[in-house]
Amino acid sequence: MTWKADTAAAARPWTGPKRRYDLVKEFVIAFLVISLLSVLLAAAFSSKDDPPVTLSAWAKADPMDFVATTLAELDGTSGTAGYGPPYTSTPDVAQKIGPISLQQIAGVTIPIDTAADFVIVPLSTLAADQPDVAAALQQWSAASALQHTAWTDAYAKGLGHATINADQIQMPAGEYGPVATMMQSELTMARAGGLEGAFLTHNHFYATDYTKPLLFLADGGYLESLARAQHLGGNQWGMMNEAGSYPGQTWLWFYTFWYQVPPFATSDNADVQVWALMMVLTICLALIPWIPGLRSIPRRLKVYRFIWRDYYKGTGA
Amino acid sequence: MTPREDVANHDAAAATTWTGVIREEGLKRFPPEKLLPDGQPSYVSSWVYVFGVATIAALAVIVLSGCVLALKGPDWWHTSSVGHFFNSVHFWSVQLFFFCMVVHLLAKFLMGAWRGKRGTTWAMGVAILLISMVTGLTGFVSQQDFASQWIATQAKDGANPTGGGAFFNVLNVGEMLTWHVLLLPMVVGALTLIHILQVRMRGVVPPYDAREDDLGEVAP
Repeated sequence: MTWKADTAAAARPWTGPKRRYDLVKEFVIAFLVISLLSVLLAAAFSSKDDPPVTLSAWAKADPMDFVATTLAELDGTSGTAGYGPPYTSTPDVAQKIGPISLQQIAGVTIPIDTAADFVIVPLSTLAADQPDVAAALQQWSAASALQHTAWTDAYAKGLGHATINADQIQMPAGEYGPVATMMQSELTMARAGGLEGAFLTHNHFYATDYTKPLLFLADGGYLESLARAQHLGGNQWGMMNEAGSYPGQTWLWFYTFWYQVPPFATSDNADVQVWALMMVLTICLALIPWIPGLRSIPRRLKVYRFIWRDYYKGTGA
Repeated sequence: MTPREDVANHDAAAATTWTGVIREEGLKRFPPEKLLPDGQPSYVSSWVYVFGVATIAALAVIVLSGCVLALKGPDWWHTSSVGHFFNSVHFWSVQLFFFCMVVHLLAKFLMGAWRGKRGTTWAMGVAILLISMVTGLTGFVSQQDFASQWIATQAKDGANPTGGGAFFNVLNVGEMLTWHVLLLPMVVGALTLIHILQVRMRGVVPPYDAREDDLGEVAP
């Protein structure tokens, strides 16, 4: 039968045999069964609730990574500093589909100045009580951009030969200016647990926006190392996983699939390309009823003959 | 005007008020026996039909368990074993919801359920699937545990290149929580209601090659 005939027939009202069917009772039974299943699964397997990683834990577990990240925020080489919109106006970094950059078009709506937001402003909360921090910040703000670069480059080079004992950074001799004091103070502040608060509530009481602490955390390698240990990395199909043996967002399997295969696996524009592809496929899924060929697949597969086998057996169709 | 004339005038005017028009249109599209029938065509007999109502039931459990969680606020499931239990009920009902919805979608595909002017019912179902996935994401990033930190910092890299991240900040826990408990459930609930009404309006799609004797004529 043609599609036109199929759909015309399906539009006709049913005048054939009917059966008793209690919709409300069906829903009540379904509700009770699903409720019971949910409770049993919750009782048997519970759910994951791993405590969040704090900046203090990071600073204690991997102080070298913490200091390297803080330095990168100060000298503008961190992931966030060079991210582009919506955080910074860094040119030529936004992802594109062909010539179009939706990321660029949307613009900077969550402005982040990594040096100020992640280093200078938090340290300024210590200045009143710690004269060395106050002096370091004063020296930094009075210096030129060129001087800033000279200090941070020197510190980055020295950090490769540094050691950290307890919470003291032992740097080789070098011309670091105020950077050594700033890095040490930020490490000490983080280890004491004061850094999240400085990011969140610098000049207000309540806080529910964790953009800054999360960006800072994600700029380091510690969070990712913990995630990869639990198979949550991007190239580990992590998008659909949950920590431990729990199911995660398994329905995202098709979305994460594209990240694992060429050309997306190695593309600089993978995120926007995969999103665009999935949008096209989702629109096609929604429009199946109007797409010739696709809308006739069920007729060809004939699985419906199993679903409606009682009807076909009864009518000899 | 006598009281009798006034009543007659009022009855004539009722169908022209906004209320009257909506009522008459609603009754025309959804007469009570169509809205809540106590019978179905004989071909509605496979177990696969259960997955549609099971999806709705799972949604109801999600909303109810979510309401319990909302009673005590977003710290509760970290500080109380009862709170953690209800968080687990919420988590597993979400898993059941998506499982049932995917089976329901697959079944409707294999049945060609969009035939007979039911295309918009199918499209509405796809929309519900998509919005439910976004709702799930906002839930995961609202949890305030290690997984939330990782999911949020990864999801931002998916959202930002599309331009969407500039207006939907997955790192803002307050924003994600309000989207999760209010805005998105309202949308999912409304679309689900429309989806159910669409099914009631058109009826369950008949089998391919239904007998001619079992099919009536379409009203003019």
